[in-house]
Amino acid sequence: MSFLKKSPWVLHYAATSCNGCDIELLACLTPLYDVERFGIVNTGNPKHADIFLVTGSVNEESRKVVENLYAQMPDPKVVVAIGACALSGGIFRDAYNVYGGIDQVIPVDVYVPGCAARPESIIDGIVRSLDILEQRAKERKRQRKMVAL
Amino acid sequence: MYLISFLLLFSLLAGLAIAAAPSVGVQARRIRFSVGALALASVVLALLHAHSGPEFYALSEGLAHVLDWLFMLGGLGLAVLLLYFCRRIKGYEWYIPALIVVQTGLMLYAELSSEHPRVEHAFYVDSFSVLMALIIAIVGGLICVHAIRYMHDYHAHAAGQHEAGDLDRSQQRPERSRSLFFFMLFLFLAAMFGIVFANNLLWLFFFWEVTTLCSFWLISYSRTDEAIRNGFRALGFNLIGGVSFAAAIVWLTHGPGLRTWELDQLVAGGSALALIPAVLIAVAGLSKSAQMPFSSWLLGAMVAPTPVSALLHSSTMVKAGVFILIKLSPVFHDTFAGLLLSLIGGLTFLVTSLVAVNQRNAKLVLAYSTIANLGLIVMCAGVGTAATMWAAILLILFHAVAKALLFLAVGTTEHLIGSRDIEDMEGLVYRRPAIAAMLLVGMLGMFLAPFGMLLGKYTCFQAFLSMDVMWGDGVLLAVILAFGSAPTLFFWSKWMGKLVAMPRHAQPSEVPIPRDEAIALVALTLLTYVACALFPLADTAFVIPYTDFLASLGLIPASNLAMPWETITLMSLMLAGLFLMPLAFWLRPPHFTEVSGYLSGANVDGSASYRGAMGVERVVESRGYYLSGFIREGTMVRVGLFGCGSLMLVMLMGAVL
Amino acid sequence: MKPYAWSLAFAFILVGPLLGALLAGVDRRLTARMQSRKGPPILQPIYDVLKLFEKDTLVVTQLQTLYLWGFLFFMVIAGFILFLGSDLLLSLFALTVSGIFLCLAAYATNSPYSNIGSSRELMLMMAYEPMLIMVPLGFFLVTGSFRVSDIIAGSPWQVLQLLGILVGFLFVLTIKLRKSPFDLSSSHHGHQELVQGMTTDLSGSDLAIVEIGHWYENVILLGWLYLFFAPWGPWIALPISFVLFFAEVLVDNTNARLKWSSTLKASWLMTGVFGVTNLLLLPVIS
Ligand code: SF4
Repeated sequence: MSFLKKSPWVLHYAATSCNGCDIELLACLTPLYDVERFGIVNTGNPKHADIFLVTGSVNEESRKVVENLYAQMPDPKVVVAIGACALSGGIFRDAYNVYGGIDQVIPVDVYVPGCAARPESIIDGIVRSLDILEQRAKERKRQRKMVAL
Repeated sequence: MYLISFLLLFSLLAGLAIAAAPSVGVQARRIRFSVGALALASVVLALLHAHSGPEFYALSEGLAHVLDWLFMLGGLGLAVLLLYFCRRIKGYEWYIPALIVVQTGLMLYAELSSEHPRVEHAFYVDSFSVLMALIIAIVGGLICVHAIRYMHDYHAHAAGQHEAGDLDRSQQRPERSRSLFFFMLFLFLAAMFGIVFANNLLWLFFFWEVTTLCSFWLISYSRTDEAIRNGFRALGFNLIGGVSFAAAIVWLTHGPGLRTWELDQLVAGGSALALIPAVLIAVAGLSKSAQMPFSSWLLGAMVAPTPVSALLHSSTMVKAGVFILIKLSPVFHDTFAGLLLSLIGGLTFLVTSLVAVNQRNAKLVLAYSTIANLGLIVMCAGVGTAATMWAAILLILFHAVAKALLFLAVGTTEHLIGSRDIEDMEGLVYRRPAIAAMLLVGMLGMFLAPFGMLLGKYTCFQAFLSMDVMWGDGVLLAVILAFGSAPTLFFWSKWMGKLVAMPRHAQPSEVPIPRDEAIALVALTLLTYVACALFPLADTAFVIPYTDFLASLGLIPASNLAMPWETITLMSLMLAGLFLMPLAFWLRPPHFTEVSGYLSGANVDGSASYRGAMGVERVVESRGYYLSGFIREGTMVRVGLFGCGSLMLVMLMGAVL
Repeated sequence: MKPYAWSLAFAFILVGPLLGALLAGVDRRLTARMQSRKGPPILQPIYDVLKLFEKDTLVVTQLQTLYLWGFLFFMVIAGFILFLGSDLLLSLFALTVSGIFLCLAAYATNSPYSNIGSSRELMLMMAYEPMLIMVPLGFFLVTGSFRVSDIIAGSPWQVLQLLGILVGFLFVLTIKLRKSPFDLSSSHHGHQELVQGMTTDLSGSDLAIVEIGHWYENVILLGWLYLFFAPWGPWIALPISFVLFFAEVLVDNTNARLKWSSTLKASWLMTGVFGVTNLLLLPVIS
């Protein structure tokens, strides 16, 4: 078993959200939901994070940042897009400066719908991403072994 | 005896030969040869005298008489020379010629008195002075080797400035002033040997004054106005000490108590008889080792070329001051004068350590930390127990080696990167790995376990807490040491942090370190390591015999200084770790993926710039903390000057009354 | 040197981190409870570190790992000396060296966040170092030796004689454990102006080294605390030290952070008022 499942650290980035989803995401940390029960910690730092939570759509301002943050996260890692905006651009989809969902820039593993996404579904999305994370960890281990050979 | 005369005379003759060298190449060869010979002689001397008590040498009647006259004439000549230099003083520096006249007058008064004490043993060798001789010959010699190339670059650089209109008058005849420069260095070495081996106080005083002269001349070397003013300040402050020394000699000639011209007799006099002259000489020692209130001359002296700073103003000449204090240390044992002396050292240590945090100029950091460490040694000397003398002597050794290394490395760095600003040394580990490694070793040696300086501090704590002059004295000193060590930690680590920082831009690789400089630097780096690894050896060979001898005379309480073997084992373990970890890292480096530093995801050009507001690309800059709003240099220094000044006055008056 | 001292010292190397991890786990649990949350499992810190070893390590410069080795090495040495019953002052020196290596690692990565973090860490070291030195000095004045074995065998009254030192030590313990109000240089809580301070640019196994180092540090500091009560025997001394140790969690959760200058002033003032006064009064007390 991989310990990644027991201690997923998340990085939260608001690409261009209306902050609705962000509020819901932070609600997960409150005593009511208390995600630290599962070892989930909001690190605020890509270099420590395993799960990249992005809210909001991608536009010209945030595109580079999303890419940079993703690149600075060590493998294995997964990306969870939260909210309608992050999935497809949501209500901002047709704005002149918006590229669309997060998957326009980086590969997304789990899509959490909703406008705003509810804390329960966010937690559910994170839990689902853990299986993918574990999968990646195994692959990564195999890769390392092959390099070592 | 022969070896001592060899060391003394050979350095003098070598100086002449070097000055007379027809070409730069010949000169360099002669310097290397003389340094080698001196080092060899000092090592032989060390091998002969390690582990043994002192030996005193009497001169034959006639020779002693001739030498007496020679030294007196020499003293007069020195005074005339200094007065001649004084033609350039400004109005407010009137006190300098006055001091020269007073000092010479006092000396003549003592020397020409009809019935003066007879000097039986003119010279002596004990394990402490052998250790000093090793430092002078080897560390000093390496600095001279470093200076060969350094002065070449220095003149080339100065010539460039000359064309740019910045007047540097040593440039008018670079060959001549260069020759004279090396002559002064070797003359200085000769004088230092004189100081550590002379038992005759008058002769010792002559050597003492020669080092003052050398220091003055070398500080003013560039002949810029700033250099000349600083030179005169150094001269003036050292002369205050000189007058005090001369007064001590007069006291020893005409005074009511002890009458002797011999150092060992003076020390043997103990606190009952010898306190007054000892305190007077202590003032001279304080001025020579730049303790507050005299400290400002050493900071001014940093205008001198870096090898001079390394040789005179950190590893040897200023050590002459603490050398004499340690020699007199048994006299101060268990006296108020000793406690006051310790407090002067302690206050200096505290204030200069704090002020060093403010400095951006690498040389000034080194200067302040030199004063601070000398303060620590003075603290030890004032306590005057076997343990503190042990600590003080080891501190002298480790400080001389590590500080010389740091000064030379800073000098070389300055020539390589064109700045001595600490902020400009960012990423030196990547830009200049060799020189950065040396700087790091020097700094580690200055303040970290398991290197020697820390060992000294450790013993100090123990010794301070065991002293017993008045209520709370030991605690006071220990607390000063604790509070002074904290900023020391801060400014060294901060500097180290700058050195190890990953440069944000790719750096072009440039010219290699010149050969002579490399030889000196590498040798000193190794010495720092060796001194730390083999310190138990240095301890049994040089320090223990000295303290044991004093204890056997009953001058200091006997004590068992042997370190528990497990402490030594643990220290060696740490030292081995410091050596093996980089080795292991070098042999089997981990291969991790490199990414740029974290800039909130807004990185544009790696770690070097980020996208700021309005989409503007901004360069990342971060500077060290200098706490200039928190520690105010001016106020601190004033407090130190006033505090130490009054302590010194109390010490003088207390001793006289 | 008795054989059991050696076994204790080696036990520290092997079991120390586990104990330290448990301390950290209990700390997190307590914090959660104070915020009326349930909190993570007690073993969570261990899961975290094991996970970090599964991750890739991204570095800004390869050398940062070397400095971290130095950090861990000297931390272990500091604890080894302490649990061997050897010299307390020497142990403190090793602890200092270890702290400096951590700062060097952070400086090496040279991002603005880790830069400020390590500068502040140095400032904190400057703040707590004098007080930490007072502790062995106090023990020396009471027992006549810097040796831990002698301190343990000291008089049962030593904690009363050293009450001021104990108060001062508890004060700087808050800094040493990186607890609020002094968590200036890095913090276990994310989302602050310094991101994660010193550890911002450390990841994967590098970060794991830092965590393990902190576990060792927890045990060492607990050991220091224990020394004050040691003559009463472990059954009394250990519970007291645990209670005092976890009192820091309470402080952590009830205080806002201070600025560095206030921290420096406050801790030097505390050192002066409690530490130095206590040392000066010792001849009168005993
Ligand atoms: S999905 Fe809705 S709540 Fe979430 S960021 Fe977009 S608009 Fe706001």
